[in-house]
Amino acid sequence: MTVGLVPKHSAPAAHAGRSLPYISIANVDKVYAVDGNPITALRDVNLDIAAGEFISVVGPSGCGKSTLLKCVAGLQPISSGNIEVQQQPVVAPPDNMAVVFQRDVLLDWRTILDNVLIVVEFRGLRRRDYEERALQLLKNYGLDGYANRYPWELSGGMRQRVAICRALIVDPELLLMDEPFGALDAMTRDDLNAELERLWYQTRKTVMFITHGIDEAVYLADRVVVMARNPGRIAEIVPIDIPRPRPLSIRQTEDFGKYVHHIRHLFASMGLVKAE
Amino acid sequence: MNLWRRSEYARTVVIVLAALVLLWEGSVRLFGIRSFLLPAPSIVVADIVQHPLFFSEQSVYTLYVTLVGFAIALIGGILSAMAIVSSRWLDRTFYTLLVATNAVPKVALAPLFVIWLGTGGAPKIAIAAIIAVFPIVINATAGLRAVDDEMIDLARSAKAKRRDIMMKVRFPNALPSMFAGAKIGISFALIGAIVGEFVAGERGLGNVILTSQATFNSARAFAAILLLGILGTIVFFVVELFERWTLPWHISQRSDRGR
Repeated sequence: MTVGLVPKHSAPAAHAGRSLPYISIANVDKVYAVDGNPITALRDVNLDIAAGEFISVVGPSGCGKSTLLKCVAGLQPISSGNIEVQQQPVVAPPDNMAVVFQRDVLLDWRTILDNVLIVVEFRGLRRRDYEERALQLLKNYGLDGYANRYPWELSGGMRQRVAICRALIVDPELLLMDEPFGALDAMTRDDLNAELERLWYQTRKTVMFITHGIDEAVYLADRVVVMARNPGRIAEIVPIDIPRPRPLSIRQTEDFGKYVHHIRHLFASMGLVKAE
Repeated sequence: MNLWRRSEYARTVVIVLAALVLLWEGSVRLFGIRSFLLPAPSIVVADIVQHPLFFSEQSVYTLYVTLVGFAIALIGGILSAMAIVSSRWLDRTFYTLLVATNAVPKVALAPLFVIWLGTGGAPKIAIAAIIAVFPIVINATAGLRAVDDEMIDLARSAKAKRRDIMMKVRFPNALPSMFAGAKIGISFALIGAIVGEFVAGERGLGNVILTSQATFNSARAFAAILLLGILGTIVFFVVELFERWTLPWHISQRSDRGR
């Protein structure tokens, strides 16, 4: 993985000249048929994501942000345009990728350890080679002692941490996260945001993070992709020039507030939220 | 105290049953009801106690037909459900056909099985199996389908093979539904066994009822019915016990542990 290839505070234009993008999304349309009527979920989406970049995608429900993620993940086909991951057109889920969903989708009948290792089994790898790493990941996420428990014995936040460990077990280069903290309470959400920021800072994975929370999007991202709906499209891409590592307290700074205000203003001007 | 409270359900059942038996015995004696119309429970039980070998032989035969029929229905039903869920084509043809034939009272097929398979054990097992298979297939299919879309997406994102998605996700997820189907199926298999013994047979509790009717030996018929009730209850609870043992993780089995 090309760690540190991209300076972390660079504007999007600066990436383009230096190297090929890790993910390239070009002129993508996605049209569904609902009861025979075509619904445009995505229209003319263009986005390049550099290796090691953290991209947040924020938008109201129905703007196609989850659809975009599923298209990048190779879980849904696009109607036209082109998506490439590492210069390979996405026709199936790419290698070196893991997805975290809004719901933890842990298997009730498997212990926590077995839930983390299911990805290893799916990929046809040997469990034994990953058990130690799984236990270490669980420990890093404050879940040591829970390896042999069952999902229903854990709280929502702990379950989502297990889902993150499961995503990290094969050490993917690309992490796609579809509103992963959307169902959690505010305090747990803060904790997981801080943990994710630290994880990214230490590993520099390429991350595409879908959310409807503006604060969360700004806090985590190198660039925030703001989406509009009807049809789903990119309204603006906002580079976030806040130094890392970022403690949670950075959200009280004036800089942070400006970004949040700017994005909220964008939504207001589109009539998606009430103007302040 | 704790044991006393926990056994409340069992005590209630025993008391209600005892009261019913006493009422039955008392009425028969009080009103002098003739034995071939309604034998007193004491006579019914006496018949069983006096012919232990006869009744155990007949019970074992009916149990054998029930269990073999159920086993065929269980294996065939679950394999069919897996095939239906794996193939859109089978879903449209086989499953549709299955639902359509489910509307036919399967008991009506019993005489045909005698024509096809003769009068031995085979037609009875076939009837037991054909009646038991429907609730199993239908519940298993529903269970195999009822998997979270995101769970399937997770598996696909990790490049899981179709076989792994079936065996590691769909199948365990469907186990509670399969057991629900199996619990109906085991009772249906017993009904099938009796129907089989009614239409053709020289053995089994169904045959005992039929021959007792011919000789107005109502006490013997009641004895067979009583044994059938006991048999049905036992096989049902064996399936339920197996369910508890297999699905400690399922929501219906959880203790107060955890959240």
